[in-house]
Amino acid sequence: MNIELGQVSRWYGNVVAVNDVTMTVGPGVTGLLGPNGAGKSTLLHMMAGFLAPSTGTATLDGKQIWRNHQIYRSIGLVPEREAVYGFLTGWQFVLSSARLHRLASPEDAAAKALAMVEMEDSKERRIETYSKGMRQRVKVAAALVHDPQVLLLDEPFNGMDPRQRLHLMDLVRELGAAGRTILFSSHILEEVERVAQQIEVLVAGRHAASGDFREIRRRMTDRPHLFHVRSSDDRRLAAALIADASSGAVSLGVAGLEVQAVDFRRFTWLLPRVARDAGVTVWQVAPADEDLESVFSYLISGSTR
Amino acid sequence: MNSVVAGITYRAVLGRRRVLLLILLPVVLIGLALLLRAIGSTDEKATVTLMQTYAIGTMLPLLGLIAGTGTIAPEIDDGTIIHLLSKPISRPVIATTKFMVAASMLAVFAAVPTFVAAWLLIRDEAGIASGFALGALIGGIAYAAVFLLLGVVTRHAVTIGIIYAVVWENLVGGYVPGARNFSIQQWAQTFADQISTSGFFKASVGMGFAVPAVLIVTIGSVVWAGQRLRSLSLTGDE
Repeated sequence: MNIELGQVSRWYGNVVAVNDVTMTVGPGVTGLLGPNGAGKSTLLHMMAGFLAPSTGTATLDGKQIWRNHQIYRSIGLVPEREAVYGFLTGWQFVLSSARLHRLASPEDAAAKALAMVEMEDSKERRIETYSKGMRQRVKVAAALVHDPQVLLLDEPFNGMDPRQRLHLMDLVRELGAAGRTILFSSHILEEVERVAQQIEVLVAGRHAASGDFREIRRRMTDRPHLFHVRSSDDRRLAAALIADASSGAVSLGVAGLEVQAVDFRRFTWLLPRVARDAGVTVWQVAPADEDLESVFSYLISGSTR
Repeated sequence: MNSVVAGITYRAVLGRRRVLLLILLPVVLIGLALLLRAIGSTDEKATVTLMQTYAIGTMLPLLGLIAGTGTIAPEIDDGTIIHLLSKPISRPVIATTKFMVAASMLAVFAAVPTFVAAWLLIRDEAGIASGFALGALIGGIAYAAVFLLLGVVTRHAVTIGIIYAVVWENLVGGYVPGARNFSIQQWAQTFADQISTSGFFKASVGMGFAVPAVLIVTIGSVVWAGQRLRSLSLTGDE
């Protein structure tokens, strides 16, 4: 099944949360990547029927999503908020989900879903006694109980320990490989890379980039990188570096050298050789703009050119 | 009606701390009745006063507020409602179910104690016990619907509900006769007056107004709540 967004915008008062996004999410695993506050939840809520687009259309296989409860026959939703009834046990929670879907044998479906997330051992405990990761898994079980064709997960790996995280990643990959349409949001590139075949990048409400992880990686590495370099003789190293085309701009400051590397690969190859030939000892090489925000801001400025 | 929604709603309301208020208010009513009996004022006039001022005038709107908003507002606030709304169940069915749960709680926590309190004082003399029980039941149903709607349309349901019950029904209604026409507790008294033959009590709103008013307000509120639930927007933490 396909979720289609056509020129979707959403604003709250004067604040634009999502700005003119057009995308199609098809079978397989799609990662919705973006920094916090980029509008990922807003976009996901519009796909899940919990928010009306201010303009544009959101459809599931051509059918309007907003104000259409029939879509939940095909959609499973794992919200980010810990929206679970703490007084229910895990079993009761997932079973209630199966019953609300009017499944033929709700007990079997609930047992199967709990097994998928490895929660059989704790299913008789009240949800309020669960850790964050356990709550997350029981929410996934409740969303999967009717074997939906579409699964939407909002920051599903948050709060999980590494083992649980890997297990859920495997589960998501399996479901995607089985032909289901899966979309999950995350602000962590590595997470998205490991699970998603298709990545949609959202920055400041805009659809900044789209592609498989190689494409996104390439766009993230093929960009000017800024490095802070400290060495035994900064001046001499600067002179040697500037002779090569891979270092765009080199400036000498009190904290050492600041080098703008135009060609990332060549620069990382070049620096140790240049330093050795010049007889300079390199003490420290620190990327100055490696944080996600700068990667994203690069992506967004690149997409508007 | 959806039994799964009803079951979760009962557990959510009765499991929260506000259930104590739901129990405390009728306990006070029965306590007052026992006190009046102990000091020997078991006459019709005292019973009617207790029914009018406390049972219908204070307890019923407060219980209506607790049960009516309590079946839905906390779930909307903390987002747990998403569990019910992300299912192939029509939203009006969810609203109707929540209304039935609230109305049933008012029958148990308001109408039954109203009958018990009056009966402790004067048995069913002059039809006061059964009359006010009927009034509490019908008034409770209307309150359940109105306060459920308030819980869906606004995050300040409790404040607005208290302002309606205290300021409009008790203060304005006390001085402006016309305002009494638009007061659920006056309608409740109208129904009580149908059974009661007591000379100490006369309803100020006629049946010709109260019956259509209760029907319109109750059905209208539940239908509106269902429609509002269809377009309920949930925003993320962003």
